[in-house]
Amino acid sequence: MNKGWFAIALVACLVGCGSPVKLDQPPVEDKAGVEVTPGGGTTSGAASAVTSVDLGKGGLNGAGPAGPNIVYFDFDSYVVKPEYQSVVENHAKYLRADAKRKAMLEGHTDERGGREYNLALGQRRSEAVARALILLGVSGNQVEAVSFGKEKPAVEGSNEAAWAKNRRVEVKYR
Amino acid sequence: MKLPMSDISPVHRRLFLLALTGMGVMPAAAQFRVEISGVGLTQLPIAIAGFRGETQSPVKISAVIQANLERSGRFKPIDSTGQTLDESTRVDVPLWRQRGADSLVAGSVSRLPDGRFEVRFRLWDVVRGQDLGGQVYTVPAGDLRLVSHRIADFIYEKLTGERGVFSTRIAYVTKNGRQHTLWVADADGESAQVALASPEPIISPAWSPGGDQLAYVSFEARKPVVYIHDVATGRRRLLANFRGSNSAPAWSPDGRQIALTLSRDGGSQLYLMDAGGGEPRRLTQSQGIDTEAAFSPDGRSIYFVSDRGGAPQIYRMPAGGGTAERVTFAGGYNISPAPSPDGRWLAYVSRINGAFKLQVMELTTGTVTSITDSSADESPSFAPNSRLIVYATQYQGREALMTTTLDGRIKARLAGQDGDIREPSWGPFPK
Repeated sequence: MNKGWFAIALVACLVGCGSPVKLDQPPVEDKAGVEVTPGGGTTSGAASAVTSVDLGKGGLNGAGPAGPNIVYFDFDSYVVKPEYQSVVENHAKYLRADAKRKAMLEGHTDERGGREYNLALGQRRSEAVARALILLGVSGNQVEAVSFGKEKPAVEGSNEAAWAKNRRVEVKYR
Repeated sequence: MKLPMSDISPVHRRLFLLALTGMGVMPAAAQFRVEISGVGLTQLPIAIAGFRGETQSPVKISAVIQANLERSGRFKPIDSTGQTLDESTRVDVPLWRQRGADSLVAGSVSRLPDGRFEVRFRLWDVVRGQDLGGQVYTVPAGDLRLVSHRIADFIYEKLTGERGVFSTRIAYVTKNGRQHTLWVADADGESAQVALASPEPIISPAWSPGGDQLAYVSFEARKPVVYIHDVATGRRRLLANFRGSNSAPAWSPDGRQIALTLSRDGGSQLYLMDAGGGEPRRLTQSQGIDTEAAFSPDGRSIYFVSDRGGAPQIYRMPAGGGTAERVTFAGGYNISPAPSPDGRWLAYVSRINGAFKLQVMELTTGTVTSITDSSADESPSFAPNSRLIVYATQYQGREALMTTTLDGRIKARLAGQDGDIREPSWGPFPK
């Protein structure tokens, strides 16, 4: 698995290692190396390269459309809010244009509550986004809804600002 | 059992029994602290003399035994300083009775020419002046902690009439930076060995009833997938990697089946699989979330969490599926059911005023007791003798694993790793 991930990670980083929060930046902007962990050299061995690119925290794999790829949710909610409809539409358009493209919809929750129950809540969020995409004409076999529960927060911290950033679905392309 | 030879006093260094009560920290023994809350506890006073020769042993056997017995909540250690004893010493009954001991353990450890160690001990009933038996072990240095646990089990069983859990194992997960590690450790948290290291999260480890395998959820494939991992060989196999999320594995008591949560048909629902793999059979058909299956010890029922009534509550249904009855009624958030192996208790986590609290329900009466003062309790798991619960919580801003007696009076923090520590699963009795 290591080699495979290293290859994917490397490709992902070469194409664009944007921050997951500021996705209005062009995904091809050269930010490779920005997220290298402290102490890691830019062209060091495989181990540090794998460490430097976390696909969960990293940006797009570079294959998706320009623009945001995250839909945020209210507390205890799995309703796609109107302000994120444009995000969903943008990805729907991209997926409709090429039936071979496939997206992973990764649901996340804030840190409060049990790990398994949060996994189920995150699943509900990713399935809500999947339904929204399918309503817009995307084929069901182009999207897979999965969940990370509270295991991969976008932002560390135990406050409403951090929690709001963590209740989300990320659209990822492979 | 890989313990560095230089690690002279692991208990001293890494085992902390701590105080969470308003009474503050109470030093109860030289090398650790224990929380005892409430009065009227019936504890057996026992003196555990330092084993002759243990200063030259890589493991301070008497300290491991004493920490085990104290953590169980059933024993009160009596000061044994100033007395040089071993298993063949004639016991000075008046002296030990004057010190308040009902029982006394004395022993010795010596290094054999072949490098192994010989450990001997004897247990005395000081009140009756009676020899309650002793044992001899000849083991490599790496098994000295195991021997200490076995001696504690011998003492526990002789004096309480119940089986001890000191030589059982606990699995748990640590997160250190981005490194996620699944560990298997002694029941006191010591002698931890890595079962799996991953850059992605690992959750929900569950011991097989035989104690040789762990089922767990790993995110290494960028989605939750259930694996079964043979602990001795490190060999692992995929159990469930269906479309969507695969999580919350729970072994049936006979080890043949695994109940788990799949989203392959939409929503999070419960399914049953052969532990060897194959096609899952759907157990629940709800519009809501059904997850966190846990078999009753007789294998006939499954406890699980569902929000079919609007908020997460614990339900129970026949193990083959069917009508579910609600088990928890107080509050709007009850999750992570863990039935005790003797079938008497159900441990779970309840959200109360925004805090997540470990609860214990007596199943015959439905009486619920909140047994912690902490506010971020998670993932309870019973010891195989149903006398202790291990759970994850926050202590001083960090994740910690604690054991508690069912009345909540005796709590101990397990030996820590660096970083956050979580997701404990208490293994079965050794075969």
